[in-house]
Amino acid sequence: MSFPYLPIEDAVSAAFWEGTRIQELLLQSCNLCSKYQHYPRALCSHCGGTDLEWQKVSGQGIIDSWTEVMRAPQEGFEAPYIIARVRLAEGPIMLTRIDGSSTKISCDQPVVLRWQPLSDGRALPLFVPVGG
Amino acid sequence: MQDVFIVGAAECDLGVTTKSILELQSQAVTRALADAGLTTQDVDGIATNGISRFSATQLADYLGIVPSFTDSSFAGGSSFEIYVARAVEALRSGQCSTVVISFASNQRSAKSRSLGGVVEHHTPEAQFETPYGPLFPLSYYAMAAQRYLHEVPHGRAALSEVAISAREWALLNPVAFRYGTKSLTPADIEGADLISSPLTTADCCLVTDGGGAIVLTTKLVDKKRGVKIIGYGEATTNTSMTSVDDLMVTGAVESGKRAFAMAGITPQDIDVVEVYDSFTITVLLTLEALGFAPRGGAADLLLSGKTRPGGSFPLNTSGGGLSYCHPGQYGILLLVEAVRQLRGECGERQVPHARHALAHGTGGIISTHATVILEKVS
Ligand SMILES: [Zn+2]
Repeated sequence: MSFPYLPIEDAVSAAFWEGTRIQELLLQSCNLCSKYQHYPRALCSHCGGTDLEWQKVSGQGIIDSWTEVMRAPQEGFEAPYIIARVRLAEGPIMLTRIDGSSTKISCDQPVVLRWQPLSDGRALPLFVPVGG
Repeated sequence: MQDVFIVGAAECDLGVTTKSILELQSQAVTRALADAGLTTQDVDGIATNGISRFSATQLADYLGIVPSFTDSSFAGGSSFEIYVARAVEALRSGQCSTVVISFASNQRSAKSRSLGGVVEHHTPEAQFETPYGPLFPLSYYAMAAQRYLHEVPHGRAALSEVAISAREWALLNPVAFRYGTKSLTPADIEGADLISSPLTTADCCLVTDGGGAIVLTTKLVDKKRGVKIIGYGEATTNTSMTSVDDLMVTGAVESGKRAFAMAGITPQDIDVVEVYDSFTITVLLTLEALGFAPRGGAADLLLSGKTRPGGSFPLNTSGGGLSYCHPGQYGILLLVEAVRQLRGECGERQVPHARHALAHGTGGIISTHATVILEKVS
């Protein structure tokens, strides 16, 4: 799998990307309403509160839905590959990839976190089927 | 409250035109005004996008008018249904007297469309979604379709029927891109190349030039061709592919509820349904959200064959974005067809005795939703 697009982080998201360097998946949790969110924001998208802290999460989830991409969106990507919405155990949904065969995955299947190193030392969270 | 009418409607040239955006815009605007018995000198309101950064300003300058109302809201394919709401309010308040809502694109001639979409590097989506390589917007619709197939028996057959039904209507519409071709079979759709599973190239709308315009005013001169705006509603849900909790439930639930409440009618009262068909899945989700079928029930509605010409649920009677025309933002053409059906001007594809029509625009990645309900003036 190739990952040619290096994300441009900002002050709000820097902690997320720092976590990926040591393979920790960090999500913001709200000290006002106790809910988690992803992607990172400068406020809580559930209640509008601004007192947020970073929490390491379990890396457990289920596939909400998925698609096998057969044509690359831009140069550097190597199709086919599987894009998915994974519903994390803590609540938020992440866009990610599933490392596995399209014949062996389905909606509502449990998955677990894996890390894909990027060329600059950061890493992208991916998921694999549990037991796969 | 003062009634607002659509008194003019027209397309510009469609298909492959080799014309500039502003030439196509001029065609759409002047043809719609001629249809209304008006000229550019009568226009004091402009709503459009997709021309340049200052789209309404650009078009006003090009047409040689100084409008007292403009709107260039950018909400993808539903922008034009959204403009109807803004225009009605501006007309009622007296801010302006005659509004033209228009759109045109030369995307096929200009080859300006790409599979990855436009990446804006500073957005959360660029940071947290683009690195994974989704097709944009296709992969999001594909995930919605995958979920649909997971929950709904015969879901794949129903997706195919959306395209098959649209083609049957297009074969009756002389200006449709696929006019003069042949009927489709399920094998044509399901056997086409997969792009983002489960969607194939045949589940995707056309990439064509084209566009259109409508003219709105409070003054109805020709009562025989009058079409009244009786309801509208909007809902905007997401830019991220992860913000919507349930892929089966779209913002059309809320936009539809608002439009029907304003119109004082129910889905059973609608005679012609024009809904955005960027992809086959868009239609199933939208019909369910608008209350024409329960969750998962649009599959049964499609597979009953009622949406085809001659059926009791006339759907996307122009041939839709799938077989008629899709100039990048198709919403204006939903309104043009709805108006023509209510006026009885649709020739072979005319729905008999149509009194109420619904047009529903869907923009972005099932992001922006706007419903407009129209009534024939009798
Ligand atoms: Zn909160």
